[in-house]
Amino acid sequence: MNPTIAMITFRSMLGRRRALLLFVLPAVLLILSLVLRLTNTNDLDVDTTVLQRFALGAVLPLLALIAGTGVIGPEIDDGQIMYILTKPIPRQVVILTKLAVAIVLVALFAAVPTLLAGVILGAPAGLTPAFTIGVLVGGVAYASVFVALGVMSRNAVTIGLLYALVWESLFGNFAPGAKKASILQWSLSVTHSLTDASTIKTAVTLPTAVTLLVIVTLAATALATFRLRSLTVASAE
Amino acid sequence: MSVSTIHDIGYRHYDGKRLGRAYVTRSMFVHNLRATYGLGRPARAKVMPFVLAGIMMLPAVGDIAVVAIAKQPKALFAYTRYQFMLQLIISIFVATQAPVLASREIRFHVVPLYFSRPTGHLDFVLAKLGAFTTALFALTAVPITTLYIGGLVTQVPHSGKQLAHFLGGLAGCLLLSLVLAAIGMVVAAFTPRRGFGVAAVIAVLVVSSALVSILQGITEHTGHWTLSGWLALFTPFNLVDTVSYRLLGGPMSAPSAPPGTGGGLAALALCAAIVLGAVAVLYARFRKAGLS
Repeated sequence: MNPTIAMITFRSMLGRRRALLLFVLPAVLLILSLVLRLTNTNDLDVDTTVLQRFALGAVLPLLALIAGTGVIGPEIDDGQIMYILTKPIPRQVVILTKLAVAIVLVALFAAVPTLLAGVILGAPAGLTPAFTIGVLVGGVAYASVFVALGVMSRNAVTIGLLYALVWESLFGNFAPGAKKASILQWSLSVTHSLTDASTIKTAVTLPTAVTLLVIVTLAATALATFRLRSLTVASAE
Repeated sequence: MSVSTIHDIGYRHYDGKRLGRAYVTRSMFVHNLRATYGLGRPARAKVMPFVLAGIMMLPAVGDIAVVAIAKQPKALFAYTRYQFMLQLIISIFVATQAPVLASREIRFHVVPLYFSRPTGHLDFVLAKLGAFTTALFALTAVPITTLYIGGLVTQVPHSGKQLAHFLGGLAGCLLLSLVLAAIGMVVAAFTPRRGFGVAAVIAVLVVSSALVSILQGITEHTGHWTLSGWLALFTPFNLVDTVSYRLLGGPMSAPSAPPGTGGGLAALALCAAIVLGAVAVLYARFRKAGLS
């Protein structure tokens, strides 16, 4: 961990108008929950739908994508990463710091709003803490995968989108096999184990899910470190 | 007698034809259209648009094969439903290619170079918007044209009705292309940072669609059918689907739509408002980017 790199990264992510994108997504979630609560239309089914399909299924992947690729991708693109790489700082420290910033951002803008949305909805059966932890765990895995993507490819955002939307959402609905290989389902499995609500269906058992989450997180971090060791900085487009 | 005079210091004169405003606009249109599909740019830029265009074709080709081999004319997809079925792929295309057209010049501060030539601000915006609309129309219209030709070749019955539906489908494609190009370019023009534009556009499209589908589910569950219908106006794909269902005679693909022809007209008016608003916003944005 390097506090200076962390500070610079935070500033680049939250500076000026860029933060707007990070604020809008959770704001929509909170407004949705508030409207549902005020019109008194929420029950167990509705709460699960909002938390599962919107908080976990839409806000989390998008935010993790923005945060994960945003902490390192633009710097590599415009060559600013050189100022960090030419300092005597080990590459794994650089990656771990960037990853930590991404995880903090995901926690702030996805996990905390999920908690608030659950509280606003007054979700029964321990759904609120279960989904908060599910989002947090999924956020760590997503962030590490997207940071690795950001180091490896200049089209990281597009590839990440294809994974999160096409593979997890689209194929996940048709092919049960694709469903098992998705971070979303693994986090849902963690959520499932923490609540006794009958409305959550999961495709993966808890031990498998936790093992895969840990393996993917560690592998992605290691890969990112490895790739950053031999990074070639090309000029912009 | 004027004080300033232009001296002829012996440079060669330009005697050729003066190509006017129309030529400039047309050149920008063609350049932007090619850029959307990565033509004239490195191979890396061609991968995504052509892969997505290929994915768009797959269901149409597969469907024609089913119709031809299993002799099931009913299995032919409805033309207006096709773009709704593949909305995720279209969304990703819009998200990856809108920044190519709307962000790059702002990011590299080269917009003033355009306006130092006889290029109108409005021409610039219209050429870009037109190019992106054309690219999106090609993306969505080619598969349903393939479907229609496949239907003709396999001799699906009711050819008159098929033609009417096909033309309705094309109109739906054009409307969707206009609306998506407008939304995508406005969002991309305000997020010039690399990668952020893609994320911002997809966030707008995916989140609005997820939000509307959740809210429609809940309102239908509680019996508020009319409200559920009107909610369709809040996401581009359902909006255009409303127009094609209410005004173009296609089947309804979204869970619900606003009631009656009035609902369809309201949706059409909203589409027009989105496109005109986008032209105004882009005009202001690029004019400002030209000054700085």
